[in-house]
Amino acid sequence: MDQAIIKTKDLRFSYPSEEGVALLVLDGVNLEIQQGSFVAVLGHNGSGKSTLAKHMNAILLPTGGAVYVDGMDTADEARLLDIRRTVGMVFQNPDNQIVANVVEEDVAFAPENLGVPPEEIRRRVDEALRQVDMYEYREHAPHLLSGGQKQRVAIAGVIAMRPRCIVLDEPTAMLDPIGRAEVLRTIQALNRESGVTVVLITHHMDEAAQADRLVVMAGGRIVADGAPRAVFQRVEELKSVGLTVPETIQLLWHLRQAGLDVPLDALSDEECAQALFQLLSGKEGKGFGSDS
Amino acid sequence: MALKDITLGQYFPGSTVLHRLDPRTKLVGTVAYIVALFLAKQLVSYGILLVLLAVLIAVSKVGLKAIVRGMKPVLVIVIITAVLNLFYTSGGGTPLVQFWIFKIYPEGIWAAVFMVLRIFMLITCTFLLTYTTSPIMLTDGLERLLGPLKRIGLPVHELSMMMSIALRFIPTLIEETDKIMSAQKARGADFDTGNLMQKAKALLPLLVPLFISAFRRADELATAMECRCYHGGEGRTRLRQLKLRGMDIAFLAGCLTLCVGIGVLRYLGL
Amino acid sequence: MEAILETHKLTHVYSAGTPFEHAALTDVDFTAYRGEYLGVIGRTGSGKSTLIQHLNGLLKPTSGQVRFEGRDIWESKARTRQTRFQVGLVFQYPEYQLFEETVYQDISFGPRNMGLDEGEVDRRVRQAAAFVGLSEQALEQSPFELSGGQKRRVAIAGVIAMEPSVLVLDEPTAGLDPVGVESILSNIRDYHRAKNATIILVSHSMDQVARTVDRLVVVENGRIPFTGAPREVFAHGAELARMGLGVPAMTRVFHRLRAMGVDIDPSVYTVEQARDAILAKLDRGPHKAGQRLCGEGKKEPADMEFSASLAENGMEHTPSDEGKGAE
Repeated sequence: MDQAIIKTKDLRFSYPSEEGVALLVLDGVNLEIQQGSFVAVLGHNGSGKSTLAKHMNAILLPTGGAVYVDGMDTADEARLLDIRRTVGMVFQNPDNQIVANVVEEDVAFAPENLGVPPEEIRRRVDEALRQVDMYEYREHAPHLLSGGQKQRVAIAGVIAMRPRCIVLDEPTAMLDPIGRAEVLRTIQALNRESGVTVVLITHHMDEAAQADRLVVMAGGRIVADGAPRAVFQRVEELKSVGLTVPETIQLLWHLRQAGLDVPLDALSDEECAQALFQLLSGKEGKGFGSDS
Repeated sequence: MALKDITLGQYFPGSTVLHRLDPRTKLVGTVAYIVALFLAKQLVSYGILLVLLAVLIAVSKVGLKAIVRGMKPVLVIVIITAVLNLFYTSGGGTPLVQFWIFKIYPEGIWAAVFMVLRIFMLITCTFLLTYTTSPIMLTDGLERLLGPLKRIGLPVHELSMMMSIALRFIPTLIEETDKIMSAQKARGADFDTGNLMQKAKALLPLLVPLFISAFRRADELATAMECRCYHGGEGRTRLRQLKLRGMDIAFLAGCLTLCVGIGVLRYLGL
Repeated sequence: MEAILETHKLTHVYSAGTPFEHAALTDVDFTAYRGEYLGVIGRTGSGKSTLIQHLNGLLKPTSGQVRFEGRDIWESKARTRQTRFQVGLVFQYPEYQLFEETVYQDISFGPRNMGLDEGEVDRRVRQAAAFVGLSEQALEQSPFELSGGQKRRVAIAGVIAMEPSVLVLDEPTAGLDPVGVESILSNIRDYHRAKNATIILVSHSMDQVARTVDRLVVVENGRIPFTGAPREVFAHGAELARMGLGVPAMTRVFHRLRAMGVDIDPSVYTVEQARDAILAKLDRGPHKAGQRLCGEGKKEPADMEFSASLAENGMEHTPSDEGKGAE
């Protein structure tokens, strides 16, 4: 468990601009992602989070520093296929990553590229489709599916490679609440039941809250890193980089500002309700007697 | 909208003998039928081919209606060819009808009838192919059939990949066209009135975003394909294996017989 | 209140007469009042997109009527076309409709189609650009060089420039980060106030919509099961969740709290309302007086603090007026 599947070392990346002045997008990122973990990377647009994601399977190569996938340097062209089959990538727009016009043909695409024998492809396709709960749709045309279903097909298309890690770059940005819930459930199951390492790039606080570990990016650097519960308590700091915290924590933070003694780490609705319940039933007098 | 009603590369799923044939067999069969059609000269030959076509339609369970509907777009071309044949075929005898500079000979009438028949039969048999073969099977079949041409440098795999991606994105782009059209109409764009120049100009607000979007999609798709380890046709395996079975062999033998038969009829001049 | 846009028994059937026939809307009576900020919510496929495309005459009713200022918009061809300009419609991901060489030209597309003279077109383009926070300098740029959020503003300005009295926006904040969301919402609020325009904001998620709107219309299965002030609508929290609609986190927490046996009104939907409700509840405790002072004194600064960092241009942020909710 303590082995890093992805490791970045002083990673820098800049786009060359027309005037010759390089635009620095990543400014010295040091990150280790442990095998089997579920890491969320949070940041506003332009924070460098998507650029970081694209370094995790050699779509982009560092202009400074290095990235290692399971010990392989991503700059090593000879290992490109090994790197890509180790770390799979899912993008924002499901329409633009589905290749074939039948669901199962699409899921078969990656194993076909890897030269997997046909019977084995069939096994992997069926298994991947069952994992994302899209098996009944295997013969459907992708363009007739809902957004959430399409995105799950895209995920199946990646897990059919049997990667040890999946990086998802804002996979729910274009989906409605139902689609978002479907995709999140799928990701969680992959991590918990199949032990796949998950890196979820997002700007949704509630999605980030589901991870084991939360990395916050701003200005091309990591500004916070830790358990979501701990990171979200740093309300002011997050605000300063243009991010909010989940509403449950906002409420508790407000109540604290009003001088009440409440915990700040209630992430789920249930925890928040529990905290409020205790505040309202048990500690009525004590809570504000001390402060007002 | 009308755009959505267009069904491209239409395929009627089914499990008839015709559906289950190997796509390569069907491709070869279609080519053989067309060859036979062009070899046909006598009434008997046309008769044989017509009966054969009727049998195939019946077997495919596609229904005459779908075929007739598919004919509509080509009707104009058929009429033009018929008219041209009618007037430009000159015979040895006296013309049947004569007015101004036009002369119609009996040969012209025959030529026109045969031409129309030939075009309709040709189209019907290609329809049978696309109606009973899914696009993906069709591209697969084409890729395998043309496989040997790789040796002379023809990018067979690339072509078939392009074709299947095109098929995959047609519905997406049609939907997108619809959406952009509505959005521009909401800003007062008028796609329907004006002369040809004005109409062409009015299309810019539709075409520019459509092209930009298509390029963006192509770019993202290419990255996604690379992420899924796509590296050309080399070393690629396929989920679906094509296998020639007994009925394919029988069908191919039938095709050969047909071509030879029609050729012999032509040679004998019966 | 005066109705500006209404539908009467509006029914729309797609692919009528074919095996794919399906009714997207059935006998819908929908009303938008002059100057109100209305939220329309419904999941994908609920019929909400079909509904809004009827409001400016992009779709023609299968049966029923759409009336703008009391008159049927399909009365005459001229009337339909005029309605297009009076009821501005911003589609989802509107940045994908940009096509001109410069931002200025793109924004001017609508006003030019209206047949306005150059001077008026110029005035409207500049004013629309100002509403969405685009600089003079940006007007001469190519729209394709801008960032995603900027492109979206250009597209919205393109509709605002027609100065519609009703502005309909379909998911205008989709895919934006919290800063971008708040900034676009404040642009829309500015237009709403400055022109006393009717705003119809369409969404499948309540989290963002709830705090902004005066009234909500819920579309489900081609009908309108609920309509009313946000507080009234969120009282149906459980049903809304069952319809697959995102219910604000605070509403969910308060429904839970109620299920735990706490006697509290579960119809809150913003953090501020939730905080005030909790403080009010605690008010019954022994140290009432001191707490009330503390709670009320804190209200404004707390609101400002949370939103100031969100509103990009330091735009004013108004929490939803609870007074209206209680009406």
